[in-house]
Amino acid sequence: MDMFLQQLVNALSLGGTYALLALGLAVVFSIMGLINFAHGELMTAAGYGLIFSIMLGVPFALALPAAVLVAMLLAVLMERVAFRSVRGASGTTLLLTSFAVSAIIRVLFQNVISARPMPVPIPMALSGTIEIAGLHLGIIQAISILVTILMLVGLNLFLHGTVLGRAMRAAAEDFAIVRLMGIRANAVVATAFAISGLLAGVAGVLWVAQRGSVDPLMGFLPVLKAFIAAIIGGLGSLSGAVAGGFLLGFAEVFLQAFLPENLLSYRDAFAIVLVIAVLLYAPQGLLARKTVVKL
Amino acid sequence: MMLSLNHLPEAMLDVRSLKVAYGPVEALRGIDLRVRKGQIVTLLGANGAGKSSALNALVGLVRKKAGSVLFKGQDVASLPPERIVRMGMTLVPEGRRIFPSLSVDEHLLLGGAAHLSRGSIRGIREEMLELFPILRERLHQRAGSLSGGEQQMLAIARSMMSSPELLLMDEPSLGLAPQVVDMIFDLIVGLRDRGLTILLVEQNVSLSLEVADYGYVMANGSIVLSGTADKLRHSTEIQGAYLGA
Repeated sequence: MDMFLQQLVNALSLGGTYALLALGLAVVFSIMGLINFAHGELMTAAGYGLIFSIMLGVPFALALPAAVLVAMLLAVLMERVAFRSVRGASGTTLLLTSFAVSAIIRVLFQNVISARPMPVPIPMALSGTIEIAGLHLGIIQAISILVTILMLVGLNLFLHGTVLGRAMRAAAEDFAIVRLMGIRANAVVATAFAISGLLAGVAGVLWVAQRGSVDPLMGFLPVLKAFIAAIIGGLGSLSGAVAGGFLLGFAEVFLQAFLPENLLSYRDAFAIVLVIAVLLYAPQGLLARKTVVKL
Repeated sequence: MMLSLNHLPEAMLDVRSLKVAYGPVEALRGIDLRVRKGQIVTLLGANGAGKSSALNALVGLVRKKAGSVLFKGQDVASLPPERIVRMGMTLVPEGRRIFPSLSVDEHLLLGGAAHLSRGSIRGIREEMLELFPILRERLHQRAGSLSGGEQQMLAIARSMMSSPELLLMDEPSLGLAPQVVDMIFDLIVGLRDRGLTILLVEQNVSLSLEVADYGYVMANGSIVLSGTADKLRHSTEIQGAYLGA
């Protein structure tokens, strides 16, 4: 039982990170039909933001938001420089543009910063464990679960309680009509990117805090998982992305924990089989909804 | 102010040689039309004549290829929809196009939210809820759960929330039951009587000409006939083509 609860915590922590990443992808996709393959680079940017802030002598507690801010700024910059000019273009054009953005940023990281992993000095206080009701919780894991919940609640409040949030939900259903409300298309799209940067930045910081280093390719694998999560949930559906993220996190952690040792190397294969099963049963994803992607 | 008979009030909307093309296909081949303040002007024509293209181009949802659009004396031909709406011209789109997952109240709060003060939004919202009591009953329901007629009322109320002076309406009676159609037309007259100027695209030709002051008839992307509603009602072309006389 203890073992089970321990794994539950692991699953929540990993699933939460996938959920944040998948949510960031879904927010942008729901608004402009773009699958942003450069999402992983936002995570990586947050990691470098953290390292360089600490190097510059910024206290750790302030380096964290600074790192997230770096990811947000990069996301908004991406939109302004690369995606605005192809807005409304076909899905293929958008996809290829995002591949290009991803490749360019990755090469810049490799050549301008370093191709090798750079260690992140995480304060000792965060690397310990705390004991709650006989459970040993990693402090970073506990924080990551808490932060995930805060982000999900915060995003929900934003989407339902503010003009821009409502405009974003409306834009996911019919962008042209949102413009007829007098709401600037650029403001809606830029906000979507800023939010996706925020979510990727937070996920990036949590990811880096657990592994202790940053390298240029760091974002690739978790974002690949987030794509899978977003597809399981139904691309463009925000609640679907969250559900998909947690489902994938749970599948990975529990397969890792409970598969017999000789099958362990097939863990990812089992996880992918799960995805295939979901898609066979619900090809649009679990919580899909129709999206009108028109500007 | 008294106006002499031959001195008509200045046009609120003055469209000249407006052209729209989708790739090689010309949807509008250079149309001229004028809407005067306080009028209901109707744009008639068969399916595919270019009526919707005209409305969509006027509010900036469709790119114009050539021509000028003067709204209150200013050229808005190259402005994006959000700017045009803020100046006081908006569209009730064909097929209502409400946001299914948003509540009725969220629709009202969204229209005009970006450029009007909170106070005036509250005021207009209250006016709309008085004009459409059914929307007050449904205030917190998802808009997707409303009936067709209720959705049309919501679409009109949503557009009214941006406080327009000129309202373009694209087929507001489409797919509605006859009693609801009558209600929508009464409403259109009511809005005009409150000082709103309306450019109406409709398939219901006889009802449109009943409420309109002036009409244009389109065919194949051009305006082929225009005149006072009275004149059009009695023209043989209109009677032959649309009124089945």
